[in-house]
Amino acid sequence: MSTPQSLAAPPRTAGSGSRRSRHHVAAAGRRRDTFAAYTFILPGFAIYALVMLYPAIQTLLLSFRDWNIAPDQPSPWVGLDNYIRAFGDPVFVDSLVNSAAYTAFTVPLQMIVGLSLAVLLDAKLPGRVAFRVLFYLPVVTSWVVVSLLFQYIFSSGDGLANHVVVDMLGLAPENVSWFQERWSGLFAIAVLGVWKGIGWSMLIFLAALTAVPEALKEAAQLDGANALQRFRHVSMPAIRSALSVVFILLFIGGFNVFISVLLMTGGGPGNATQVPLTYMYQQAFKFLDFGYGSAISFTLTLVVLAASALQYSWSRKRMAD
Amino acid sequence: MTRAWRKTVLYGLRYLLLGLAAFVMVYPFLFMVSTSFKSRSLALGDPTSLWPSDPTLENYIQVLGTENFARYFLNSAGVAVVSTALIVLLSSMMAYAFARLEFRGKRTLFTLIIVGLTIPTMMLIIPQFLLARDLHLLNSLPGLVPFYVGTALAFNTFLLSGFFQQIPRELDEAMMIDGAGPWRRFWDLIMPLSKPAVGTVIIFSFLGTWDEFAWALTVLNDVDNRTLPIAIALFQGQHSTSWGLVFAASLIAIVPVLIVYILFQRNFVAGLTTGALKH
Repeated sequence: MSTPQSLAAPPRTAGSGSRRSRHHVAAAGRRRDTFAAYTFILPGFAIYALVMLYPAIQTLLLSFRDWNIAPDQPSPWVGLDNYIRAFGDPVFVDSLVNSAAYTAFTVPLQMIVGLSLAVLLDAKLPGRVAFRVLFYLPVVTSWVVVSLLFQYIFSSGDGLANHVVVDMLGLAPENVSWFQERWSGLFAIAVLGVWKGIGWSMLIFLAALTAVPEALKEAAQLDGANALQRFRHVSMPAIRSALSVVFILLFIGGFNVFISVLLMTGGGPGNATQVPLTYMYQQAFKFLDFGYGSAISFTLTLVVLAASALQYSWSRKRMAD
Repeated sequence: MTRAWRKTVLYGLRYLLLGLAAFVMVYPFLFMVSTSFKSRSLALGDPTSLWPSDPTLENYIQVLGTENFARYFLNSAGVAVVSTALIVLLSSMMAYAFARLEFRGKRTLFTLIIVGLTIPTMMLIIPQFLLARDLHLLNSLPGLVPFYVGTALAFNTFLLSGFFQQIPRELDEAMMIDGAGPWRRFWDLIMPLSKPAVGTVIIFSFLGTWDEFAWALTVLNDVDNRTLPIAIALFQGQHSTSWGLVFAASLIAIVPVLIVYILFQRNFVAGLTTGALKH
């Protein structure tokens, strides 16, 4: 994609050098390759295996135990107890519902607004780069900073959100205490999620749109297609794979929402705005129930991966049709 | 005539919508900047007035002077620089082997790397915590590094190996005839030709470690060991009504990010699209 131009069409050198010497060089190269390959792979792979692969297996194993944090105390195996407990635990079930609501609110909005902005920017427009940079600004800003910022914006009393909702739009009769209730708290968190994520989907869509050959659009125009028709029949098919990839990644991201919830409501009031990861974090690092926390982690990952695998194969099939 | 006129209207509409969107995206930042220059008593005044009636630097002075902030800034910078260097080195080495060398177990190892792309890091935080405890890496800044490196390797190896594969093999073969071994081909051929991709890895790794919050929150205890995101989040807990102070601290933390972002925004596009569209 960004390979230097001079490399795009390399000169073939097949005619030069005898076949025999080339063969010898290749064989010697292979022997050295095998040895060298492991020295290239091992340092990185060792750290990767230790920090990612080993813990991934450990999550599963921990979830079958009643884990005791003290190393000299026994941590008995309890089979599926932690999982049974999870699905009988109203807080966990509610946390799944909350993250599903968050995903249902944030994913379509990010996709629609992101795509609209990408379409608007997909033209020779003065200031195009400046707009792109501005839209992407929230994406590169740390979750911690924007979570605190939106906590302030949605603060009860004379916050900016109340100013807009009550004084300017008149949607509510009096100031709302956003974080004192389940759905208004989740709404504030979801608004942050949309605002922070739009730039990302915009950028992916814009890259996909830019890759649509100009000639195709011109040909459609010559055939009398208007802008809307050109978008539907030329651009849309070309960006379909980008659409499904963005959907899946946003879907996974939605269920894995964590920092914003932790910092804006802490899962409260009570456990009303708890999402699976904040609940897992609370169980593990506040109540030191590592076994139960692992079961929550593993359940979440399984649910999300299964859903996105389903999505993926479904979009594959549709694209093949 | 009418055609040209219509074109102008559409053009204007386009800018109007883009301008509106830009306003919504940027307003919260302006709001943050403005609050950081308001004195404590004014911070809860009229929320829409972006220009403080009596701008003051007192928040910045307090953050830099009394809150140990320089230390946290250096903590974050140190961890981010060391982690980034290791991520670039180790992931490009692995990517090179996957893209260019033949060896037993290559398929298996690469599949295991792909598996890593699908694991959300938060899912691993409990066993990672136990691992860090057993390796005596809790509550230490250098202890963060292996975890930051290990969790970043899968994505960056994947990104780089895709890029390396686009480099024509004939160049390798030409160097092999000159007797260059794998290391020389890696250092003198592949790496110099991959500057844009390596640049992308550097930026993403730096930002990822500079902003990392959940792991640092979990393993760091000592006040002196805090990184910036931890310091800012806890800071808000201690000074819950001094938003000016919180935002002054936040802005100090995001300035390096903004500089890197604006200077290298081209690499962002490159990295994101390879990351997301390679599927």
